[in-house]
Amino acid sequence: MAKLRQAAIYGKGGIGKSTTTQNLVAALAEIGKRVMIVGCDPKADSTRLILHSKAQNSVMGLAAEAGSVEDLELEDVMSVGYGGIKCVESGGPEPGVGCAGRGVITAINFLEEEGAYDEDLEFVFYDVLGDVVCGGFAMPIRENKAQEIYIVCSGEMMAMYAANNIAKGIVKYANSGGVRLAGLICNSRNTDREDELIIALAEKLGTQMIHFIPRHNIVQHAEIRRMTVIEYDPTAPQADEYRTLAKKIVDNKNFVIPTPVTMDELEALLMEFGIMEADDESIIGKTAAQLAAEALAAA
Amino acid sequence: MSELTREETEALIQEVLEVYPEKARKDRAKHLAVNDQSIEQSKKCITSNRKSLPGVMTVRGCAYAGSKGVVWGPIKDMIHVSHGPIGCGQYSRAGRRNYYVGTTGVDTFGTMNFTSDFQEKDIVFGGDKKLAKLIAEIEQLFPLHKGISVQSECPIGLIGDDIEAVAKKGAKEMNKPIVPVRCEGFRGVSQSLGHHIANDSIRDWVLDKRDGQPFEATPYDVSIIGDYNIGGDAWSSRILLEEMGLRVVSQWSGDGTLAEIEKTPKVKLNLLHCYRSMNYISRHMEEKYGIPWLEYNFFGPTKIAESLRAIAGHFDDTIKEGAERVIAKYQPMMEAVIAKYKPRLQGKTVMLYVGGLRPRHVIGAYEDLGMKVIGTGYEFAHNDDYDRTIKEMGNATLLYDDATGFELEEFIKRIKPDLVGSGIKEKYVFQKMGIPLRQMHSWDYSGPYHGYDGFAIFARDMDMAISNPCWSKQTPPWKKLPEVAETSELKKVA
Repeated sequence: MAKLRQAAIYGKGGIGKSTTTQNLVAALAEIGKRVMIVGCDPKADSTRLILHSKAQNSVMGLAAEAGSVEDLELEDVMSVGYGGIKCVESGGPEPGVGCAGRGVITAINFLEEEGAYDEDLEFVFYDVLGDVVCGGFAMPIRENKAQEIYIVCSGEMMAMYAANNIAKGIVKYANSGGVRLAGLICNSRNTDREDELIIALAEKLGTQMIHFIPRHNIVQHAEIRRMTVIEYDPTAPQADEYRTLAKKIVDNKNFVIPTPVTMDELEALLMEFGIMEADDESIIGKTAAQLAAEALAAA
Repeated sequence: MSELTREETEALIQEVLEVYPEKARKDRAKHLAVNDQSIEQSKKCITSNRKSLPGVMTVRGCAYAGSKGVVWGPIKDMIHVSHGPIGCGQYSRAGRRNYYVGTTGVDTFGTMNFTSDFQEKDIVFGGDKKLAKLIAEIEQLFPLHKGISVQSECPIGLIGDDIEAVAKKGAKEMNKPIVPVRCEGFRGVSQSLGHHIANDSIRDWVLDKRDGQPFEATPYDVSIIGDYNIGGDAWSSRILLEEMGLRVVSQWSGDGTLAEIEKTPKVKLNLLHCYRSMNYISRHMEEKYGIPWLEYNFFGPTKIAESLRAIAGHFDDTIKEGAERVIAKYQPMMEAVIAKYKPRLQGKTVMLYVGGLRPRHVIGAYEDLGMKVIGTGYEFAHNDDYDRTIKEMGNATLLYDDATGFELEEFIKRIKPDLVGSGIKEKYVFQKMGIPLRQMHSWDYSGPYHGYDGFAIFARDMDMAISNPCWSKQTPPWKKLPEVAETSELKKVA
């Protein structure tokens, strides 16, 4: 059997992690890889394109109904979708109550104990909630879980801040376990010189931009049908982009302990690409009235 | 062993500190002191109420223990729910010997364990729904309960359960008070913060419930605050107050009821025994209701007489005469007790290590028996407790705050007192060293020790511990002096 590779996908909320992950996984399945997706987000929307469903029954949701996780069987929580892809959602509480992080920990422990990681499996992808707010969401990168991390980002300021912060989190666990940063996936927003910018950021972080996925409407067309592009229109050029990403990930050997940059360095980079302007120290802390008065005086 | 001089005590502290790594040594040095009665403020000689160092074997508890175990737990007609996983509730169930009267499970619930028994799903999805359900079940299964307190365990603070909302809603539905208490164990450095949090929750959720309601007051209404009725302590205190003509409206919280707590703001004087755990609520009642409070001490006839007179000082001549009458009545009995035990106990030395009150409050009782307390310390006192301790302890005696297992063992090994007064965790350590020990948290399953009746029992128990013949039989025959052994051997042969 091939050694199981476990990868986690992180990135700013709304950047397209779930869409990218599912299209990537579909491309892997297409070339015969045996893959599992574990959604680590209380919203439980990491597998809908593979299963053509709204949201699958989650581990925690079923556990709450049954009484405890111990009452569940693996079959209850695992669904198989397009290309034989195994799908699991950790699930969790409504916003504002309980502890979603603990839900992720419980769900992943359950999968391990129940033997979800069987010998045939070649890839596991963890699709993780946007902000790593507590220890629970770091679960997929702790010991014996995901060894390679891909960060989805785009050429926007907040997405790059988030990427840098995630790199910091990886450093923390890289020293105690074997987790490594495996690359940035640029999910394009069509901003100027986006590819160059992400390549530059990747260099600073000590990694690579593993692939640049151009923006295309077909992704949305597929999504409203709850399908991946691979399945919806295998002949589309966008499908090939995901296939390329899949191939690059299969062949990827570039695993590093990242070198996150300081805020100043990151801002310098953003300024270099014209995404951010240098602070105008003269206007800091001034109200609209003050500025108007100053403008009047100057005139 | 004879008492140490100031220099010897100082040297002993230095020697014990020696083994610590530098940082720990610096920290622990602040918690150990040689008593000096001339010091006005204890902060000049000892630091207290600080975080314990990891690895030193402290015997402190947590905020939950202070609230559920000490302040709230003994209120007998309420149900105290341990909200969170099972252990906190189960291992604090019926652990303290707060005696009460009533039918357990019907109208009183003191020794029972009520818990929301958290599972994974309650952590992940929140426990408020479960709490609401169990409140409804309590109302159905135990209709005679007078109210509920929700004692938060650690996870409640982490997952942010809105227990206040559940409490308000439940209270409205069943028309009985439900008190949410935010006493998560990780708050504060010891159980002491739990006392404070519990006091505050009584202030915010209970105390003003009968404001403006009619109350048939008398000029002699008092309440007993900070007596947990260990082994019946509050009962043997209450009878003295009643005998001198006072009316005890409420007992906090040993054998106490919710109604008594609610009526406390109507009294004329609050009598405070355990200052550490209930000074907060006494101060609050002073501020809000203008009720003065008085610390008293019912351990040993000397302190009892002093306290009875001080209490009577707040009232008219009827009560003052009553106090004298009570003292006169019991004094001969006390003299008989002392006459019986003092000859055996005279000159014996004691070292204490207890919670937040007794390390200073029982000194007088030992002195009444001719004994001397030569070392004392608190698990969770603050500096206002040490301020009060300095005056009670002799010069050059040893003070230890939040003592570590090592320190206590070394001090006692070196000083070799005739008796140690401490808890169950210390008991067998020192008894195996050949030093008698009486438990001063639980009265070693005896008691009461408060009041005149209590002193007779106290004296008997201390004598029992010290004069037990087992202490002279510690050396086995084969380790006795060789010639003695040989002679007995020879005799046998012959």
